[in-house]
This record gives sequence, structure tokens and C-alpha cells, in this order.
Amino acid sequence: MAEIVNKATRESFGLALCELAKTNEDIVVLDADLSGSTKTGIFAKQFPERFFNCGIAEGNMMSVAAGLAACGKIPFAATFAMFATGRAYEQIRNSIAYPKLNVKIAGSHAGISVGEDGATHQCCEDIALMKTLPGMAIINPADHWEMTAAVKAAVEYEGPVYLRLGRLAVDSFNDPENYTFEFGKGITLHEGSDITVIASGIIVKDALDAVRELEAQGISARLINIHTIKPIDEEIIVKAAKETGRIVTIEEHSVIGGLGDSVSDVTSRRRPVPVTKIGIQDRFGYSGPAKELLKLFGLCKENIAKQITEIVKGS
Amino acid sequence: MNSTEKIELERLACKARMAALTGTYKAKSGHPGGSLSAADIFTYLYFKEMNVDAKNPDDPDRDRFVLSKGHGCPSLYAVLALKGYFPIDEMDKLRHVGAMLQGHPDMKGTPGIDMSSGSLGQGASAACGMAAAAKLDGKKYRVYSVLGDGECEEGQVWEAAMFASHYKLDNLCFIVDNNGLQIDGRVEDVAGLCMLKEKFEAFGFGATEIDGHSFEELESAFKAARECKDKPFVIIAKTVKGRGVSFMENQVGWHGVAPNEEQYKQAMAELEAQLKASEEA
Repeated sequence: MAEIVNKATRESFGLALCELAKTNEDIVVLDADLSGSTKTGIFAKQFPERFFNCGIAEGNMMSVAAGLAACGKIPFAATFAMFATGRAYEQIRNSIAYPKLNVKIAGSHAGISVGEDGATHQCCEDIALMKTLPGMAIINPADHWEMTAAVKAAVEYEGPVYLRLGRLAVDSFNDPENYTFEFGKGITLHEGSDITVIASGIIVKDALDAVRELEAQGISARLINIHTIKPIDEEIIVKAAKETGRIVTIEEHSVIGGLGDSVSDVTSRRRPVPVTKIGIQDRFGYSGPAKELLKLFGLCKENIAKQITEIVKGS
Repeated sequence: MNSTEKIELERLACKARMAALTGTYKAKSGHPGGSLSAADIFTYLYFKEMNVDAKNPDDPDRDRFVLSKGHGCPSLYAVLALKGYFPIDEMDKLRHVGAMLQGHPDMKGTPGIDMSSGSLGQGASAACGMAAAAKLDGKKYRVYSVLGDGECEEGQVWEAAMFASHYKLDNLCFIVDNNGLQIDGRVEDVAGLCMLKEKFEAFGFGATEIDGHSFEELESAFKAARECKDKPFVIIAKTVKGRGVSFMENQVGWHGVAPNEEQYKQAMAELEAQLKASEEA
């Protein structure tokens, strides 16, 4: 069993950027006065000449990043998911996505696990917003090791990428010895035949704990980790639909426009099966400690296990 | 600038205006007013100021140009065609299905276009990014961006100005096509925008205000921009919207409307006469 690393994916992101920047001089980083929070501050310290603090001006930051990319740089533009995909949506659309420029957008403090800052900062719509943009890739890593690999993959991928970062420290579950990140490919973390659970982001660990517990109770649930939400791994979803006949999706995001909708889109076209979406149900969050909020919104091992049990037993 | 050079620039600008109007007329849509006001600026940039080679449009060391007021592209396209980036008859298909020349600049489809633009404010920021990239790479290329005066109502223009000044982008030059009109009326009536030069100076820019239709004044303004060190530069170019066509000049209504056949013929006749006059001069 690999050593468990307890780290927020934003920190894994900051560390990975520094590591990659040592050998890749094209990497430049932009932030909008949140470098302490997005962890691009780590990069700023090591590579001050390649770091641009744009101040609290996210729209400008995105278009500046586009200009840097048009001149051969690989810019990472970081801020909170809310201000990246919300406030600067149109700059991302017209300055970055339309000309397919090689900008990596890092949206930190995504989801309700922002915690105490409350609804204004809890962005549960970022994936939906980015998904609608033609050619925008979306990566939502689940733990330290996956984020480390995802940042490298984002650098190697030519084109715009939205990378989702979490504020909350989470335990790793991947084993760096045998983990490989394949852009656009889902990962089967647990085999099962009664039902398939498809999860993404920092909630994958809870889903893994849930399906392991259910196994002891005689429920065979497959678990698939989708780190690349767009382009999504259609084959792994179709195979799961065929072999298990039903799917539950889990995401720390609105159930409108998120992972669940991407999965449903695939199943409705290629293998219609019932899909239950666990996530934020068309509502805003509120202040509170992150872990408490995740429980209250049903994004915890207990609720995932309960819902799966009800579906399997009820059928 | 000697008189031969000046006459040549005038002739090119006149041809650009004609091609821009032809494109707009055939497209039955587009923005003639702001295209005509900026035609002299585009002509000067591509034929005198910028280090560019139409045969090598992707040269990493070339000067960059971003048309932040993207809707003014018909005359920019015409200047690019006259410079040799693509055949001038592409203008006949402007805005048509499948055309290379889109309604607003598309860097992926049009040789010579360095940045896609059209959503106001964004090009100014992208130009800042390009200038920052030149500094990082220790390259000598300069970055130019034409903004509309109405466009300066966008907050992003001032975010960009703050960035350019903070990072001392003295390889960056903004040119404001200060024609005084926007779609809804006079710029000063729509949102009270005024004192552009002073505003940019307050943001840390070197600045000058000139007649944007005078090639001599453009020449000295761009020289001042090149000589300005440690800060970006802005040229407030006083222009006339619809410049060159009598019935379009200073008329708000010509912001985003194509001429009909009769208007097109009259406009072309006026421009032909100007071209002929400059040939005889």
C-alpha cells in the first residue's frame, strides 16, 4: 500500500508547476492577487521573472495569457474557479478558446468545499461553463498524484485546458508507483457488476471507500474515476452501462452541466441505462466547515453507500 | 517623410478604403465608419512603421498588431491584402459563408492577423501579453494595438493599461482611433468618456495627441513611441468616422450599416476622384 499524502490539489498543482518549469522555460504563470491561495506563489518565489501578478483583474489576466500563448509561451492562469470561469468566461471564450490558444486555466477553490467563504465563492458551475466552449479540455484531478500527473499532461497537451483545483486537503489513494495519467481516459479503480459508480475530483476517495464497504455487504459496485471530463472516455462508460446496467455519478458540482450530464449524454446516445446524479442539486451553498458541508450536501462515503444500496436493493 | 512617400501612403490608404467599402457593400453588412477612420493608421503601420514580411507572416521576430476594435477590420484586411498577405479579391467574399475574411479578425484563418479580436477590450490585454512575451524572450519586436474610443468604456482597457504600465512594457504602443462616435451616439454623450490622453497618462503611459489622418503626425508620434523608455505609449489619434466619403463623415448612422448600391457607387466615385487627385499631385 502506497504512502498516503494528505494535500490539497491546489498545493500539488503549485509544486508540480515548479518541477516542470525547471526544464520547460516556456511555462509562465499568471495570477490575480490570489497566489497564496492558488499556490502559484510557490512558482512566483522560484521563477519571479516568469510570474505575472495581474492584480484583481481576471478578465485582463485571461487575455494577457492569450497574448503570451500567441507568442509561444505556455501560460497557466490561476485564480478561484468562480472568477476564472464566471467573471472571465467571455475572455476565456473569445481570447483563448476561439483561437485555440495554448492557455491552461487553473480554477482553484472549486465546489462547496471552499467552506466558510460561502456561496459567492463556492463555484459549482465551472465545469458546466467550460464544457460548452468548443475545444476546451477539462481535467478534474482527484488526489495529489493525479494532480501532479495532470499538470504535466496539461503542459504536453497543445490547446486550452481547464484544470480544477480544490482548497481542502484530501488523502491520496493512488499509488505513484503504478499510476499513469492518460489524457481523456477513465480509470477503473474497483471492479463490480451490480452497478457502476462514476466519480470525479476530490470526492473519488469517498466513492472508493463506499464501494469497498459495500463489497463486504455483498454489493458489487464498479468504480470509475473520470479525471478528464472533456473529452470524456465514452468507451469506459458504454462498457460499464452494458455490463452493469445502471450508473450513479458523483461530483462536487451542480448536477446540471457536470460529470453526470456528460455521462448521461454518452449513455443516452449509445447505451441507455438509468443514471442517478449525486451532486449539488440546482442550489447555492452556504458557509460552514468544508467537511461538514460535503456531508450536508451528500458528498460523503455514507450517503454514496446509502444511495447505491437503495438503487441496487430497490431494483 | 518626403512628398513621394506621403503620396504613396495616401494612395494606399485610398485603395484600402475602396476595398473596405467594396467588401462591406458585397457583404451587405459590416462597419464602414470605424473602418474608414482607422484606414490611415493601418496603412502607416503596415507600410512604414512595422517590421513585417507578408511572405513570412509567422516570423517569430516580427512586430505584432492587434486590432482591439475588431469591427474595424475591413480596412485592415484591405491593407493586409495590399501588403501582399493574400489576394485583394478575398475582399469580395468578406463575411460570406466559407470566406477567409470573417466579420471580426480570426488569427487562425487569416495570414497577417496576429490575434483574434472583436470583443472589445480583450485585444488590448492580448497585446500586453505579446509585449510581455517579447521581454521574456529578450526579443526586439514591438506590439501595436488599435483601440476605439468607445472601446475605452470597457473596464478591461484600463486593466490592460495598469498591467502594461506595471510591467514597463515600453515595446507596446496603443493607438486610440478617436473618432468621437459609437453606435448609440457621440462618445461624450453615451457615457461621458473624456480626457483620454490624461487618463492614459494617469495610468503611467507616455502619450501624444495627433491628427490620425496626417501621415507626418503619425510618423512623429510613432517615433516618440519608440523613444519612450520604461513605460508603454499611447497615441490618441483624432480621426473622422467615415473619413473619405462625404456623406459618411461624422455620421453615427454609418457605424454598422453597409451602403446600398447607389451609396456605394457615390462613395467609390468620391474615392476614385481622391485617388486620381493624388496621382496628379
